[in-house]
Amino acid sequence: MPWTKIYGNKADFEKAGGAGAGLRGLTYREALHEAASQLLESDQNVFVMGEGVDDGGGVFGSTLNLHKRFGSDRVMDTPLAENALTGIAIGAAASGMRPILVHMRIDFMPLTMDQIINHAAKWSYMFGGAVSVPLTIRSIIGRGWGSAAQHSQSLQSLFANIPGLKVVMPSTPYDAKGLLRASVYDGNPVMFIEHRWLYEHMGHVPIEPYTVPIGKSITRRNGKDVTIAAVSQMVFEAMQAAELLAADGIDCEVIDLRTIRPLDSDAVIESVTKTGALIVADTGWASCGIGAELAARLVERAHGALKAPLKRINFADCPTPASPALEKAYYPDRHTIAAAVRETFELKRSNG
Amino acid sequence: MTSVATIDTDLSTETLIALLTSMLRIRMFEERIVALYPEQEMKCPVHLCIGQEAIASGVCANLEVKDYVFSNHRGHGHAIAKGADFRPLMAEFYGKKTGCSAGKGGSMHIIDLPRGVFGTSAIVGGGIPMGVGAALASSLKRDGRVTIIFFGDGASEEGVFYESFNFAALKKLPVVFVCENNLYATNSPQTARHSTCRIADSAAVFGSHGACIDGNDAVSVYWSAKKAVEKARAGQGPSLIEALTYRWKGHVGPEADHEKGLRPKDELFEWIKRCPIEGFKKQLLDTGLLNEERIADITTSIKVEIDDAIEFAKMSQYPSPEDLLKNVYFTPDGGI
Ligand SMILES: Cc1ncc(C[n+]2csc(CCOP(=O)(O)OP(=O)(O)O)c2C)c(N)n1
Ligand SMILES: [Mg+2]
Repeated sequence: MPWTKIYGNKADFEKAGGAGAGLRGLTYREALHEAASQLLESDQNVFVMGEGVDDGGGVFGSTLNLHKRFGSDRVMDTPLAENALTGIAIGAAASGMRPILVHMRIDFMPLTMDQIINHAAKWSYMFGGAVSVPLTIRSIIGRGWGSAAQHSQSLQSLFANIPGLKVVMPSTPYDAKGLLRASVYDGNPVMFIEHRWLYEHMGHVPIEPYTVPIGKSITRRNGKDVTIAAVSQMVFEAMQAAELLAADGIDCEVIDLRTIRPLDSDAVIESVTKTGALIVADTGWASCGIGAELAARLVERAHGALKAPLKRINFADCPTPASPALEKAYYPDRHTIAAAVRETFELKRSNG
Repeated sequence: MTSVATIDTDLSTETLIALLTSMLRIRMFEERIVALYPEQEMKCPVHLCIGQEAIASGVCANLEVKDYVFSNHRGHGHAIAKGADFRPLMAEFYGKKTGCSAGKGGSMHIIDLPRGVFGTSAIVGGGIPMGVGAALASSLKRDGRVTIIFFGDGASEEGVFYESFNFAALKKLPVVFVCENNLYATNSPQTARHSTCRIADSAAVFGSHGACIDGNDAVSVYWSAKKAVEKARAGQGPSLIEALTYRWKGHVGPEADHEKGLRPKDELFEWIKRCPIEGFKKQLLDTGLLNEERIADITTSIKVEIDDAIEFAKMSQYPSPEDLLKNVYFTPDGGI
């Protein structure tokens, strides 16, 4: 499938053959924009709300000018009241709407935790299934440029801990469009977590509306030596690492988890059963994170599968610093992943 | 503040009797909980609203079936006043599968969607934005619904109340905020928590209508709510009604607070003199709108309904372990 491929930017996309016959390239930002636009067009119950969704920036371009087409009732700027706005979106969702609530930074979401954890996640269960909350909450992870501790967190694991929530992290333009639609029609509160560094990534995106299933990973690269399970922007880094490693004769399998809850651990376990080695590359911190969860499930279900110790690639275990010198030490990248894979590969080999 | 309800000749006899009946339904339902709670078969915390019935009854008398009510941990009265069935309510308190929340909610989480009871949050203030969201949906869909949000004086301290009120006022949403000021949040008096004790004044900050009323006078609640509901339905935005009242029982459980040394007995006895039901009933009798016989008919039929609900609840099955993981996520078929 052309749209399962990953390109860092327009130049890479063109180099690899570009749009080609009958195929169209869109950036991640454009894919999000198109998904929202098509949803607003076809379903009166869908509306978009958030701080600045109708301003000149349009949430890094992902909602730009939608209000001009659909009206400020349906593409609604909001007060700076994240907790109430989340509750308002939940109430609207429970009474038949399909809101898309947008946060420019995921770092603003701690203000909304009461409404997300105590209300959105509970409203179906607590009332025996009498109500549902078809709510999509978009938020964006930032990275670098001295954004520091409060504008570059990656909080997906906080949400993934909570039964009643779903958490998706699209890594490609194709998935951004398809998962946004899937989230809006899922019928449950879905945390739709984007990455700012993916916004200019390009990929093939069909023009017609489609969904990507929530809860299903995708294997971006087949390989026999080491499995790398990654999310969001780290999928791109993992693919780059796999290229570097291929030159050294190490053959990586890269699984893009796409959804963090429900987590497609079956696919990872199956892959590890084949490769005997697992690296988990996350955009966030390690403790109680995606890598920890995958490790636990692997040990629970296939404890003999690993032929070398599992490794996790994460942020350093501290808040995000501002200085470029410290940022460099803080953020993992393709080289961090490649180094971890090499080490794992060697251990696996020496273990026979 | 008047201590006894004033019968209003502008109100139809039918409405007056409906108000009394509604208050009696709440009172008798909760008194039965008090009586049965020591059996320890209702294994969930109960927050009773005995003494506060006039607010739920006076407000809900202005509502249509399609209108929504959002409420809190002290929510039995709101649900009953909005017309919720006794059977699923009682069964929920008994933790049964036939309960309104299939045994997943307990007394703090009750719902009756067909009657517009949209669920209750036990996080103080938590239901407020959701009610505003339902009103936003009504305004987007132009479905003519009004949403009522019941909350306590304690909830008026939460930031989310102000965030929500501002948004409702900004968008002129069809919602009425009803603050039941029973002067306490758990054991803490309002004077220990508020710099001024005029919650209703908050509305003015947002350019909205606010009124502080006698919450033990069903008729004044009725008129105040009527005005607010009409404004909301006409697209003129939210109102804030602060209804002063007093809860006779403890914050949670069937005992009165003085039995536990938590609040002065005299204070309770002063408020019992202002019982929302007794004074109202007396006036209806004095003016000849009702006689003892008719009242007996009303209470008998309520008693029959409660007996039936208790029997239903006690006879019903508990949920089975297979139900545990159901409804975590919504699925069209109600499965896992
Ligand atoms: C956010 C939050 N804080 C504290 C509590 C514990 N709590 C439950 S009810 C209550 C008092 C609420 O007072 P009020 O809003 O006046 O309602 P009332 O109980 O008087 O009806 C408190 C503090 C809670 N449930 N939620
Ligand atoms: Mg109170």
